[in-house]
Amino acid sequence: MSYLVAIVLTGTALLGCVSGVVGSFAVLRRRALVSDLLSHAALPGICIAFIVAGGKHYSQLLTGAFLSGLLGVALVTLIIRWTRTKEDAAIGIVLSTFFGLGIVLSSLIQRSPEFGGTAGLERYTLGQAANITRDDVVLIAIVCAAALAVVVLLYKEFKLFSFDPDFARSQGWPTLKLDLAMMGLLGLVAVVGVKAVGVLLVPALLITPAVAARFWTNRLGPMLALSAIIGGLSAAAGTLLSAGVHVDWLGFDPLAFGNNDSPLPTGPLIVLCVTAVFLFSMLFAPRRGMAAQVIELVRLRQKTARENLLRTLYELSEPELPRRPIVSPEVLRTERAWTAPQARRLLRRAEQVGYIEQTGDGPRLTERGLAEAAAITRTHRLWELFLIQGANIASDHVDRDADSIEHFLPSEMVDDLESVLARQGRLPAIPGHLPESPHELPSHGREAPRA
Amino acid sequence: MPEWLQFFLPQGGYGEGWILAVAVMTNVACGIIGCYLVLRRMSLMGDAISHAVLPGLVMAFLLTGSLNIGGMFVGAFIVGLLTTFLTQTLHRHGGVPADASMGVVFTSLFAVGVVLLRRYAGNVDLDPDCVLQGQLALIPGYTTDLFGYEVPRAAISIGTVLILNTVFIVLLWKELKITSFDPGLATTMGLRSGLIHYLLMAMVAGTTVAAFEAVGSILVIAMLIVPGATAHLLTDRLSRMLWIAAGVGAASAYLGFLTSARWNPDIEPAGMMAVAAGVLFISAAFFSPRYGVLSTLWRNVQTTSRILREDILAMLYRLEELGVRRPMGGREAAQAVGGGLAAAAALWRLLRLRLIEHAPGGLRLTDAGRDRATHLVRSHRLWEAYLVEYLGLPLDHVHAPAERMEHFIGEKLQYKIAQHLPQEQLDPHGREIPR
Repeated sequence: MSYLVAIVLTGTALLGCVSGVVGSFAVLRRRALVSDLLSHAALPGICIAFIVAGGKHYSQLLTGAFLSGLLGVALVTLIIRWTRTKEDAAIGIVLSTFFGLGIVLSSLIQRSPEFGGTAGLERYTLGQAANITRDDVVLIAIVCAAALAVVVLLYKEFKLFSFDPDFARSQGWPTLKLDLAMMGLLGLVAVVGVKAVGVLLVPALLITPAVAARFWTNRLGPMLALSAIIGGLSAAAGTLLSAGVHVDWLGFDPLAFGNNDSPLPTGPLIVLCVTAVFLFSMLFAPRRGMAAQVIELVRLRQKTARENLLRTLYELSEPELPRRPIVSPEVLRTERAWTAPQARRLLRRAEQVGYIEQTGDGPRLTERGLAEAAAITRTHRLWELFLIQGANIASDHVDRDADSIEHFLPSEMVDDLESVLARQGRLPAIPGHLPESPHELPSHGREAPRA
Repeated sequence: MPEWLQFFLPQGGYGEGWILAVAVMTNVACGIIGCYLVLRRMSLMGDAISHAVLPGLVMAFLLTGSLNIGGMFVGAFIVGLLTTFLTQTLHRHGGVPADASMGVVFTSLFAVGVVLLRRYAGNVDLDPDCVLQGQLALIPGYTTDLFGYEVPRAAISIGTVLILNTVFIVLLWKELKITSFDPGLATTMGLRSGLIHYLLMAMVAGTTVAAFEAVGSILVIAMLIVPGATAHLLTDRLSRMLWIAAGVGAASAYLGFLTSARWNPDIEPAGMMAVAAGVLFISAAFFSPRYGVLSTLWRNVQTTSRILREDILAMLYRLEELGVRRPMGGREAAQAVGGGLAAAAALWRLLRLRLIEHAPGGLRLTDAGRDRATHLVRSHRLWEAYLVEYLGLPLDHVHAPAERMEHFIGEKLQYKIAQHLPQEQLDPHGREIPR
């Protein structure tokens, strides 16, 4: 890796870290798109700084960008405050008008002989990380250190303000100043990021790491750390890809498609790296990730189906208890409107767990299965009784309601329910016996299942 | 043709005329469809779609091998719908906040688009600058044959979209209106708001593509949102809003064109169109008759000064009632209602309206003034009596609310309150309620 690449790498990685941290607050405050506004609105500031100060120095451009970004935010606030225009439209209006102004100014700059030979607008709209110099890195480092220092110093305030601004206000905290501080930080990081990833992609660097980190944790501290790591690593990875470092490692260039083999711009590559991390988090994060949620859903469905099977078997066997009769598969299927393959699958799974045994004529509950089925039926009937008694629901309506909740009732609650009903004298006197179903069971009316 | 008129009209026969025509059609097509974005508070969805169609454009270009407008439409349509779909999926099933999910989706797609663009930039007359600001100036250069006339390609595509947008709005007028203003009602009426939402997003995506050549894919957001938002400040009726938005769009196109063509050809007309639209919005925000900052301010000033005038009248009435011999001087009266310029202006206005007049030693009510004052004091005392009688407020708590209410109680309300109070009642402080 050459010295130049190392310089650029330091700059972008630092930037990625800090935008991960600062962006987290923006995402939590539901202000994600303000970063979009800040970066678009920075463009005319850059141009004006260029015209006024000759634009040779990075810090001048940054000052211009920062000021016009904040002016944009202020205008949005005023528009929302004074007119009937809503926030989304106000952001869109200021963003596009400022960007238009930026285009006008930069077209003047580019085409005027005075500034002849200046590179195009593209440098700031799409970024030009390759042009980051050592001085720039020093500036980036200073800005980042300052931003981090503010976050550390105001950590508690920012935390409360992000999650419950109303409470913060009621506690007499200077919420307006906190809001301004947060916006200022966001603006600062956004304009510093302009050189690396460009006006149009700065929002990605601020929003995406935070959103990705949010999938992994519910705590602010770890989220900030994770977001910083994601931002920093993706920025570094994007920079390396753009510098072609991966070609040395892999021996070939997977990004060399198309007919133009000039180096790819760093900004979009960084964004694509962050997006990749985001996609991975969204799919595979434990608990909040989509895969975890799908698995959870499938498990729940299976549990529900198994419990329904056991209860149905219990109800069909009930007239002949304590003998465990064989239940005919047809009766079982008509009872629940299962298709034949569905029923076969359910029975097979239940057999694997040891709840039923298959005989030639049909399934039959095992001892263990009977105990489990009795427990499930008990929950169902207790809830039915409770609904009839406590919620005054007609007895022919309770079956479906109980059906939808019985799978979620924790066992302590069932015990509670039982003791309440027992006190009211609604349960059979013999402890451990199941209450009778409060409504007619279709299975009991039919001819008794074959023994 | 007089010379001054030539300044305002497109010159050079063919070129400028087409540039202006395409710009106007672009802005009108964007403006009318954008009204619905503004009303549905989905302006930023327009922003997201306009960024995100880039990879669709490039992809379609690669597949069809030319700037074939049909292929680009299909590509952009797909990506536009994909943006909407992904944003909603992330929000609903991924638990990501709505704004953040939009940010993630459109920046990612835009990044993909930029990479593709860079990789294939050699043979494409799609270049990054064109993406950002369009290439209005080059439009007359690419022509095609339409019924024997040579017409710029961009004019045909944007013209088609303008017609499609109009047809879409006219055909789905009722559906769009109800789903925009009251989604709940729309659902209970059996309208498929989801379908209409996606249709609208598809139209936005299509419009963005057609506008691409004229204004680029970033500035199109100005054309989509600003006219609609401006119109929303000026009217409460949907049909008028659409007309005004079309007008604002056309006006900003014209202003942008004129600046670039007559003042300084270095200026990028598309950028100037966005700036002009912004200026029109700000003007509407200040000068709108109903919702403008100035008219709100003016109404506040008027109300404040009316209240001051009425306070002076009521004060003079009470002095008369108490039988104070010495009339009150102008300066003294102004001091009593807070003093300053506002009070002086109120006094001057009262004299002009002949509600008060100068008498030896001070001011005095005229007959007309006494009528007004009687009305006010009656309102004040009726309200005091009402508060004590029905709300049971203590005596020392009723003056302040009555002091505020007296300015807003009309004849009808006086009559209603009086009906609820016993005849010939005195006010809670024991004074007569005048008639």
